[in-house]
Amino acid sequence: MTSIILALVIGAAFGAVLDRVGASNPNYIGKMLNLTNLNLAKTIMLAIGTGSVLMFGGQMLGLVDVGHMSVKAAYIGVFIGGLMLGVGWALAGYCPGTGVVAAASGRKDALFFIAGGLFGAAAYMLTYPSWKASGMLDSVAGGKVTLGAVPGAKFDGLTALPGDVLGLLLGAVFIILAFALPERIIGTGPVTQPAE
Amino acid sequence: MPMNWKAGGLLLGLVFFLAVLLVKPIGVSTQFVILDGILGDAVNAELVTQTDAGYTSTNAYLAKSNGKYAKSVANPLNYSFVFVLAMALGGFVSMRLRGGLNGLEASVPALWRANFGEGPALRYAATFLGGFIVLYGARLAGGCTSGHMMSGMMQTALSGYIFAAGAFAAAIPVSLLLFKKEA
Repeated sequence: MTSIILALVIGAAFGAVLDRVGASNPNYIGKMLNLTNLNLAKTIMLAIGTGSVLMFGGQMLGLVDVGHMSVKAAYIGVFIGGLMLGVGWALAGYCPGTGVVAAASGRKDALFFIAGGLFGAAAYMLTYPSWKASGMLDSVAGGKVTLGAVPGAKFDGLTALPGDVLGLLLGAVFIILAFALPERIIGTGPVTQPAE
Repeated sequence: MPMNWKAGGLLLGLVFFLAVLLVKPIGVSTQFVILDGILGDAVNAELVTQTDAGYTSTNAYLAKSNGKYAKSVANPLNYSFVFVLAMALGGFVSMRLRGGLNGLEASVPALWRANFGEGPALRYAATFLGGFIVLYGARLAGGCTSGHMMSGMMQTALSGYIFAAGAFAAAIPVSLLLFKKEA
C-alpha cells in the first residue's frame, strides 16, 4: 500500500513538473533539438546535476540508501535503440513519459503517439528473440556498471575511481554546463513580420 | 511560457532525487510493454500464466528475467505502473491550473504548423510513426529518456551515456532537417 501511495505522489509530482518545464510541449522539444532554444536542455542538465549531487552527497553522508540505485546494462543495442528513439523523438516531439503527460494535458496528437508506442513496444516483444540471438543484447564493458566504483552499491565500476566522489564531480559538471550552455546555437530568432 | 530553467531544473532534479531516496530511479517505457501485456492477456488468456515458480508467458520478452514482466502484467497495481498513471494525473492537473490548451495547439503544435501546415492528419500520422519508433527503440535500449538519460546519467551509469549519445546523434540532425522554419 505504501508503495502505491509513493507512486501516486512521486508520479504526480513528476508529471506536473514535466508540464511546467515544457518537456511535454513538442514545440520546446523541437526547438531544443533544432538548437534554436536550449532552455529545456539547460533545465534537464541542471536536473541531472542536482539529482546527482543530492543522491551521491546523501549516500556519502549515509542519509540515502545506496541499495536504491538501479543501473541498466550497457550493450550495443542501447546505442542502436538510442538512435531509433532519437529519430522518433525529433519527429513527434514526445518521448514515452512526456507523451503520456502531453496526452493527459489535452494534446490529441500525443494520443496517436501513445497508440504508435503501444504498437512499437508490441513489435519489439515479437522480434525480441532475434535481437537476443544477434548478440546485440550481450553486455559490453561489464554491463551494469557505473563510471566509478560506488561504495556499497551492487554494481561494478567501469574504473576503480571512487564512484561517489566522481558522481558529485559529474553532478557539478552538469550544473556548470547548464549555466554555460547558450540559449540558442542556430539563428537569431524568428523574423518579425511587419504590420500590414 | 515554461518555468525559468533554473527553478525548473532544481524542481525536476528534486523529483529525481526524491524518487531514488524513497523508492527507485524513475523509468517509464517498460510500462508500455506492461499495458501491451494486459491488453494481450485480455484477448488471449494463455499469454501470461502462473506457475509454481511465479509467472511466465508464451512471449519470450514477457517471460525473460524469471517472468518479471509477466508478473507485472498479472498484477498491474504495482509501483511502476501506478507511477505512470499518476504522471498523467499530475500533467492533467498542472495544465488545468494554468488554463488549458487552445484549440489548434491541442491537435497540431505551433512548430509543426510553421513547417507542415495546419492539417491534423499529417501530424497524427507523424506522431503515430514517431511513437512506434520511439518505443521500439526504447525497448531495444532497455530504457528511455527518463530511465537511461535522466536516471541513468544521474547515477553515472555507463548505459545512460551510451543511450544519450545515440539519442542526440539522431535527434538533432533529424530535427534540423524537419524544422527549418521557426514558430
